[in-house]
Amino acid sequence: MPVIYIDDQPYEVAAHHNLLHACLGLGFDIPYFCWHPALGSVGACRQCAVKVFRDEHDRRGQIVMSCMTPVRDGLRLTIDDPDVRRFRATIIEWLMVNHPHDCPVCDEGGHCHLQDMTVMTGHNYRRHRFAKRTHRNQDLGPHIHHEMNRCIQCYRCVRFYHDYAGGKDLNVFGAHHHVYFGRHESGALESEFAGNLVEVCPTGVFTDKPARRYYARKWDLQSAPSVCGQCGVGCNVLFNERYGKLVRVDNRYHYEINGYFLCDRGRFGHDFVNGEERIRRPLARESRGASLRETSADDALSRATQAVAGRRVIGIGSPRASLEANFALRELVGADSFYLGLSDAEFKSANLSLALLRELPTASLHEIETADAALVLGEDLLTTAPRMALALRQLARRQPTAESIVACPVPEWNDQAVRELVQQQKGSLFSATPGPTKLDEDAAAVYYGELDEIAGLGLAVAAAVDQPSAETDSLATQIATALRNAKRAVIVSGGNEAVMQAAAAVVRALRRAGRDAALCLTQPEGDTLGLAMLGGRALSEVVRDGAECVIVLENDLFARLPEADATAFLERTKTLIVLDHSITRTTARADVVLPAATIAESTGTFVNYEGRAQRCFSAFAPQPDVRESWRWLDALRSSLFWPTFDDVCRAMAQAVPAFAKAPDAAPSAAFRQIGNKIPRQSPRFSGRTAITAQLNVSEPKPPDDPDSPLAFSMEGSREQPPPALIARYWAPGWNSVQALNKFQQEIGGPLRGGDPGVRLIEPEAKP
Amino acid sequence: MNDRPLTGRMHPDRTPLSLREYEQAGGYQAVRQAVGRIAPVEVMNLVKESNLRGRGGAGFPTGVKWSFVPRGAQARRPVYLIANADEMEPGAFKDRRLLEGDPHQIIEGVILASYAIEADIAYIFLRGEYTLAARRVRQAVAEAYQAGWLGKNICGSGWGLELHLHTGAGRYMCGEETGLINSLEGRRATPRNKPPFPQLSGLFGRPTVVQNVETLCNLPHLVTHGAAWFKELSRCKDGGTKIYGVSGKVKRPGAWELPMGTPIREILEDRAGGMRDGVHLRAILPGGASTEFVTVDQINMQMDFDTCQAAGTRLGTGMMIVLDDQTCPVGMMLNLERFFAQESCGWCTPCREGLPWIVQSLAAIEAGRGEPADLDILEMHTRLLGPGLTYCALAPGAMEPLHSGLKIFRDDFERHLREGRCPWS
Repeated sequence: MPVIYIDDQPYEVAAHHNLLHACLGLGFDIPYFCWHPALGSVGACRQCAVKVFRDEHDRRGQIVMSCMTPVRDGLRLTIDDPDVRRFRATIIEWLMVNHPHDCPVCDEGGHCHLQDMTVMTGHNYRRHRFAKRTHRNQDLGPHIHHEMNRCIQCYRCVRFYHDYAGGKDLNVFGAHHHVYFGRHESGALESEFAGNLVEVCPTGVFTDKPARRYYARKWDLQSAPSVCGQCGVGCNVLFNERYGKLVRVDNRYHYEINGYFLCDRGRFGHDFVNGEERIRRPLARESRGASLRETSADDALSRATQAVAGRRVIGIGSPRASLEANFALRELVGADSFYLGLSDAEFKSANLSLALLRELPTASLHEIETADAALVLGEDLLTTAPRMALALRQLARRQPTAESIVACPVPEWNDQAVRELVQQQKGSLFSATPGPTKLDEDAAAVYYGELDEIAGLGLAVAAAVDQPSAETDSLATQIATALRNAKRAVIVSGGNEAVMQAAAAVVRALRRAGRDAALCLTQPEGDTLGLAMLGGRALSEVVRDGAECVIVLENDLFARLPEADATAFLERTKTLIVLDHSITRTTARADVVLPAATIAESTGTFVNYEGRAQRCFSAFAPQPDVRESWRWLDALRSSLFWPTFDDVCRAMAQAVPAFAKAPDAAPSAAFRQIGNKIPRQSPRFSGRTAITAQLNVSEPKPPDDPDSPLAFSMEGSREQPPPALIARYWAPGWNSVQALNKFQQEIGGPLRGGDPGVRLIEPEAKP
Repeated sequence: MNDRPLTGRMHPDRTPLSLREYEQAGGYQAVRQAVGRIAPVEVMNLVKESNLRGRGGAGFPTGVKWSFVPRGAQARRPVYLIANADEMEPGAFKDRRLLEGDPHQIIEGVILASYAIEADIAYIFLRGEYTLAARRVRQAVAEAYQAGWLGKNICGSGWGLELHLHTGAGRYMCGEETGLINSLEGRRATPRNKPPFPQLSGLFGRPTVVQNVETLCNLPHLVTHGAAWFKELSRCKDGGTKIYGVSGKVKRPGAWELPMGTPIREILEDRAGGMRDGVHLRAILPGGASTEFVTVDQINMQMDFDTCQAAGTRLGTGMMIVLDDQTCPVGMMLNLERFFAQESCGWCTPCREGLPWIVQSLAAIEAGRGEPADLDILEMHTRLLGPGLTYCALAPGAMEPLHSGLKIFRDDFERHLREGRCPWS
């Protein structure tokens, strides 16, 4: 590894990095704006200037932009030199010429990279005495608030939106100091990944519009690490709460899965937590025909207990409930009476997925991004697993890069130069879907057909992989050749059995040919695969059999069964007990409704499409009558067995061999850092006594959390927690999300201590 | 004619030479001589030997520039040659004369340069406002295709060249070679970082050479008459002639082809006829708007790359702007900086934010609302908008007249501040 000298001290750094990346990785603070670890360098903002020296005798040196300077052995530089410090402060002074300085009313205030960098450079006195230029803002739709006057023209937004995510409707307009970042006219942003602008923008040009309603600063948010349940990818998120409301969902970095970016469904799709439809009190009805009325938890529980006692009870689980909740239901009703709350198609697809994942290796999103070829069979990924589509787009951009930079050596981080070399070349990404999808434009070849035709194409590819022939130039041969030529290939499918089998056949054929190939099967919901691993009967059986008493866990049967079947089944059911967080057509027919905590208020384990168990922690304590589903279900049993989350998780690990490693997904509640729990609130959390001042001016005791090593408090360990317990990104001088640099082993690499979660499925075929 | 190869055969009435007239005057002889008969690398060596330096402003040796283009099997095809005809430097109008007066000459230059670097496709990137030049060049290109000077298998050599005329949409940045390339690709005219240099990854990511019109126009003559002849034309060690121009309050503003290294005094007095009656020379921007001022005592300076550099300025385009004593130097600099601020592409911070601040400060001083601290702000910018600190050369170029202007016209600045008005108004 090359050695560079920073202020005459030697440091070993990786050869393929730029100087900024290397210095940040060593823990030095260099201010920057336009550089982003996932977007590379373009040298626009000129903020990351350092001084390099020709040799050890050169004392004059030369100012260079560290982001555009490759690391080389023996390079000598200083970050802390009066010339370069003055230059960096002047960059901020220039950026501040037109910045409105509206931090007190700006939603970015408190987690603003521009604020951090301003303080870091030491610029504080305004010399510009003339009028500022101003812009008109646009309405960018329900998710993103636009405030162009704050813009510092780092070009990150368009580079992410346009180049990285393939969006078409955000661009840069105008020139000189009038450059404008927005749409050609007001209108909702079209990209599925537009929400990332909130985190990509170093200041408050693009802010989270739903979060604006709550007027909360980052330091006033109570936060916890969690997992998005909107699809089966299992992106890591941070839920942030204030005054009992979920304020904002932020990306939580996971090297193997979502990296720096979320899809908009994950970021903006959790409003149900604050929704009007929430069930916040237990409900019960006196008799069939009477209406549901609010009741006490004790009353609801005793009614439910009576209904359950001595009768044949069946339980219907849910792919959106945690493993522990499903397990608790299965324990309550017995394995024979436990039904997976999946539609027929979902049931078949989930069980087939499980069988295939046990046979063949799969790939994380990071492994998809860095693969050399991919084939998508049957799935419109921007609908079913958007973040995976973004990963495949990176594959398509990256693969020709690797070839081009051999022909004309350019460092991979030199984003503009790389894109210039690559031009319109597309990587070996192939897509076969029933109709056009947004991924098509990234694909080298596209096929449209019925699902059975797509399965046929898959099988033809598998056959062509087995028997390569140069003669035919069919699409199948073209795909097979690209897959065979790849060092690592990924086949993506899901949903339909025949198509999934065809995808598996391609992977098997590639592996027979000695190639490294992986199978990625999308899952529709956060815990679909976990539910299949837990095991249970098909919902269609229960429709046939009927039952006296049914417990439905966080599920709406009308979404899983044909309308007539669901109606008939519920009519035949004598007692219906439903646990859910929001009103559904099923809760409307229940005899007893137990209010369940949402994912943002509960601790649980979810299994993503790769079979990775991940822990989510409650960001805030649920209201008194709202409980985690596993708690309600535990209370329905004859005695209390599981006082805490760890008890139910451990019981599950013992009872279900597939989940033996599930407790390892995150540290248990007993975990302490230097004797302390990990605080969910920042040390600057303010207004603790004011929050409930209309009731009581004294500070209330924070709720206990027996279920996790996190505390509903600002007190606790100030050390960097283990990766599964990171509740916010903050480091001295780094209040913005860019503080993430300080949490990674290397910039853009895995988190310190390893990325959280644990893979539960070991395929027979070793990769 | 031989001492004015570029302009000597042009019609005095400024109508263009037709293909026939051009060929009769010896046009396309160089193509006939070189293409298929001399190896491309020999053409390049000839140009190296002649000490031809780029006439666009930077003065980079042309042959050396070409030598970085990968050849043969190494080259990723197509290889491009671009004639930079986006003449937009304030004060410059030399390329326009060449394009309008003798359009076949530039085409022949393009063919020879393309042959030397083994290019497949060439573009003439023409400033959008040069509509007359566009018409004439377009017609000349059509004629050249017809006559077989362009297209496949030129002179039976097996080598062919496609030439396209592209008219720009009007940005100063398009005159910067990488900004030009981006614009030609249909992108915003922002410059690119170097390395990689265009010779390795230029237009559409392929090897590309961008060359100024005047540079290219030298090639037919150079190839026909040889390097020794070419060097003889000059009065300094750089070969050839140079089109010098003068604008400002002189008797006969204009442009003239003279030996490289002609002193300012000769150009100003013999050609431009000296200052108009009643006005006196104060200073000169020798190479256009983005060069340092020279003062009256430097009037005997030879106008060539090295002499100008030694004198602390640059030859630039060789198109002088003359400042007289009836014109406010602050107003002149305000005018120039307003142009540069307007033409900044908005990519890098110092240029995008610094130039408008300079304009605001100069405007305040000029309007009598200046403050002493404004001079410090201006001075800071001349240091911090320096080469390497900004993304491209636009802002450093914009700082050159301001840098020397602040020194030479210090008293004038201070009078503005003291009197609270422009003394010339």
